[in-house]
Amino acid sequence: MAFDNAYEALADAHDDARWAFGTGFEDPLSGVDTTVPSGVDGDDLARYCLMLGDDALVLSHRLQEWCTRAPELEDEVAIANIGLDLLGQARLLLARAGKADGSGRGEDHYAYFRGEHEFRNVRLAEREHADFAQLVAVVLVLTTWRLAVFQRLRTSADPVLAAIAQKGVNELTYHRDYAAQWVVRLGDGTETSHATMVAAFDDVWPLVAELFETHDVERRLPGVAADPAEVRGEFDDVLAQVLSAATLETPQVRAKAGVAGGKGRDGRHTEAMGYLLAELQSVARAHPEATW
Amino acid sequence: MVTARTGESTGTIASAREVAETVTDPELPMLTLADLGVLREVTETADGVTVSITPTYTGCPAMDTMRDDLVHALQRAGFEDVEVRTVLHPPWSTDWITERGRRRLAEAGIAPPGPAPQRGAGPVPVQLLPPRRQVSCPHCGAVDTEAVSEFGPTACKALRRCPACAEPFEHVKEI
Repeated sequence: MAFDNAYEALADAHDDARWAFGTGFEDPLSGVDTTVPSGVDGDDLARYCLMLGDDALVLSHRLQEWCTRAPELEDEVAIANIGLDLLGQARLLLARAGKADGSGRGEDHYAYFRGEHEFRNVRLAEREHADFAQLVAVVLVLTTWRLAVFQRLRTSADPVLAAIAQKGVNELTYHRDYAAQWVVRLGDGTETSHATMVAAFDDVWPLVAELFETHDVERRLPGVAADPAEVRGEFDDVLAQVLSAATLETPQVRAKAGVAGGKGRDGRHTEAMGYLLAELQSVARAHPEATW
Repeated sequence: MVTARTGESTGTIASAREVAETVTDPELPMLTLADLGVLREVTETADGVTVSITPTYTGCPAMDTMRDDLVHALQRAGFEDVEVRTVLHPPWSTDWITERGRRRLAEAGIAPPGPAPQRGAGPVPVQLLPPRRQVSCPHCGAVDTEAVSEFGPTACKALRRCPACAEPFEHVKEI
């Protein structure tokens, strides 16, 4: 087989048996019936999938930053696994968006070629983790929220979203337990670990209220989307249980305001988001024609 | 209906299903995709073969290799047009692993999963302590083993250790 250069050979999708994970199969929804149910607005469904997909993609990226930096090998592996599960959920949801809006755009378009203002994740997902306590606080909050939302989405009128959610529930249960157990260990640990865990929750809590604000997109998708305001009670119950076992109290801090009324779901992000996207997107943008 | 086939097939012609059932998991090569329970359907028509598989974990990178291995195995058996489809519903659970699959896992030193958790309509209870599971040591058979981590070298496995024989081992965790 002749190639003009080594890069062409690497990108060749016809002789894919040589590559473990570069096999030329690009669509994670290949063969899935992605017809938009009648009565559902495809553009709104796509926007909703981007909200849930971006939460997973951006948090997954933050978890990947912990590779080689976790306190123990077992936690290194656990964090990488959680990041991988979330990345898988993101891939399906971004691919679902491209089918729902009729654009046919693939997951890579949404992950690599959107600007910061086009990302729809909540701002908590993009928060940097200054230490391990912040990591487990963010993962506990976001997975508790996501698990409750996905449980409701199992009966979504969109069968693709329902199937993604049903699979996700099983995975998120493991993620939430991991974070909850660490919060208890640190909160109910030494004086130092307790103080670090208190500081971590104080730090992330201003971004918690945003999770439960019903967005216009969610209002326009009754029966398809889950109303996040409805999961607040369940979230509070789980957090109360974990914080109590960890000898911690619910932080009393004010919610972080939006910018000109906009928050993460509107594409208004914190300063951290630009740096995160620069790292996530730079290779794809430098080589937009590349395949891998 | 059997399609016109070319290639290396000689002697007894295996059906597309028989060929697909021989393909093994890239990470757990002691298991066929059929034993793992991810091979959902194989249909032969005049236009070719369609294989439906379902992912174990949403992000499992082995999915692409599974699709690739299925296409190659079927093409080697003479089926030229092969389409591999993803099925998301119903979601895969460890309960789909066959009895033979469980035996093969244990023989390879990997503890097979117990029954998958049954979830009702209500909220999923949070576990504040590592779950107490009865997982026997695949090396010495001791019943009491300890959880090291619920996450292991692949998405589907947990890490455990056996105090009796002091050996670590992997466990396909229930999902």
